[in-house]
Amino acid sequence: MSMRLLGVFDDGLKAAAAVTAVRDSNVGEVLVYSPTPNHAIDRALDVKVSSVRTFTLVGGLLGCVSGFALPIYTVLDWPLITGGKSLISIPAFVVIAFELTILFGAIAGFVGFLGLSGLPSLRKKTVDDPRFSNDRFGVLVTFEESHRETVLAHLRDAGAEEVNGHA
Amino acid sequence: MSYSTINGDILRTLRMPGPAYWGVLTVLVAVVLFAVYAFWTQTQLGLGVAGYEHPALWGIYITNFVFWVGIAHSGTLISAVLFLFRARWRTAVARAAETMTVFAVMTAGLFPIIHIGRPWFFYWLIPYPNERNLWVNFRSPLVWDLFAITTYLTVSALFLFIGLVPDIAAARDHVKDWRRPIYRVLAIGWQGTNRQWRHYNSLYGFFAALATPLVVSVHSVVSWDFAMSILPGWHSTIFAPYFVAGAILSGVAMVIVILIPLRKWLGLEEYIRISHFENLAKLLILTSLIVGYAYLTEYFIAWYSNNPFEQGTFLDRMFGQYAPFAWTMLICNALIPLVLFVKKMRTNLVALFIVSIFVNIGMWLERFVIIVSSLTHDFDPANWTDGVYTPTWVEGAITAGSFAMFFLLFLLFVRCFPAISMTEMKESVDQPAESDPATAWPAPV
Repeated sequence: MSMRLLGVFDDGLKAAAAVTAVRDSNVGEVLVYSPTPNHAIDRALDVKVSSVRTFTLVGGLLGCVSGFALPIYTVLDWPLITGGKSLISIPAFVVIAFELTILFGAIAGFVGFLGLSGLPSLRKKTVDDPRFSNDRFGVLVTFEESHRETVLAHLRDAGAEEVNGHA
Repeated sequence: MSYSTINGDILRTLRMPGPAYWGVLTVLVAVVLFAVYAFWTQTQLGLGVAGYEHPALWGIYITNFVFWVGIAHSGTLISAVLFLFRARWRTAVARAAETMTVFAVMTAGLFPIIHIGRPWFFYWLIPYPNERNLWVNFRSPLVWDLFAITTYLTVSALFLFIGLVPDIAAARDHVKDWRRPIYRVLAIGWQGTNRQWRHYNSLYGFFAALATPLVVSVHSVVSWDFAMSILPGWHSTIFAPYFVAGAILSGVAMVIVILIPLRKWLGLEEYIRISHFENLAKLLILTSLIVGYAYLTEYFIAWYSNNPFEQGTFLDRMFGQYAPFAWTMLICNALIPLVLFVKKMRTNLVALFIVSIFVNIGMWLERFVIIVSSLTHDFDPANWTDGVYTPTWVEGAITAGSFAMFFLLFLLFVRCFPAISMTEMKESVDQPAESDPATAWPAPV
């Protein structure tokens, strides 16, 4: 049966040390709660590059294509030749394509961010502790019951102020 | 400074305000309501009450539009461009500047609608399949404007919101009164897990990277509203860079005008320090020099072109009926900011405040001079009569209303949301201490 323990730390470096210890001994999954992004914790977790960038890229390309497609379609749909100029006036449409590249890229990135981070979320929070948006770092470890002592020792050794059990 | 002091100090700014706040709010609401009445008068009687008369068919509304779009720009400069440059001092002032951007674009967006004869048809600018089988003209700078401004409003509002989410979550966890459920909804379930932070950081970086070319493009497009025409005084290739620099000059001045009272009123002296104002003052000098150079180039090219219409327009601008405005603009934008070369002036908040007010007056007049002095001095000498365009009370009321609306929104915002990013402030505490964190320029990561 799997269990959870939550270590509370007053310093990002201590939390990062706990993460490293737990991950090195390979006893369980780690989730960190923090008031700010923290590079030491990121390094300890060995995080991959976020795939928000793929969303932004695809959105941007889509925006660029739409920014050319919409004006070109409209001038062909209702041709209105003025001053003998060509209907498909690319330089003018570059402005539209440029703005839509940015608009779609930004919106797609935002949507990707929401999806990847599980937001917006209406569920009750797993860990509801106001200290983690103030000045404390929480390291939540999910592990098999047999590893309880190891995990507890790792959290305590790294300098946890308190360690609480979590359902 | 520790995490919990930052949390406490900044959340304290959200407590219920005193009677002075409500008093100011009431005055602002009254001014906005009077502007609404002026607009109603205009819809009943037509644009004649706005002083429009051939050939001056653009006036103060378009002046206001360009002015407010310009104000918006420094917010993006501070929040996005300085973020990409890793200028760490931006942390203290970025939130206020971003908020200013969103509200300034909202204010600006109203003016093209107020300016058109039948404002209830403003949506005809949007390309959508319709029963008239018509499409918008994508070769028109006004349609480019629509795309640029809506993109700018959407992206800057999202950028502001993203930055706010972790701070709203902190407010949700620590504010105990009736506002808590509202914060709970707005925090969209933010928990601050490492997974969320990873995507958050990535997104924030991309928004900064996207907002940077956007900010340059938006005011370039606004400048093309003028430069794409053949009117002397407007038809100029220098307009795009000249407008972007002018926008940032006026925007930085507005940030200073807002931050000096805000910092005192919310008691944020420890966070927004003199060194931050000094850096803003340096931005002011830089952009003022660029704008001054652009003025000289404009006049030089007008002379060098040997084009009688171009020369006539610029002579009229300097010595004609609107000459006092042109000279005031030159003095306010290109000369007065030069006093900030003296360090004592940069670090003296009263002096800085006065210089910034002058810059705002100057930048508003710059747009007025460009628009009105060029339109009233077109190709037909019969149009060159004095007093052909005189602003009316309707325009005055709506202009005052726009300023009131902007400050009203800003005042409401800073009482409901943290005026300084707590997340970024805490992050900056983590970093290795330099002699002065406000001026440190760490290597890019």
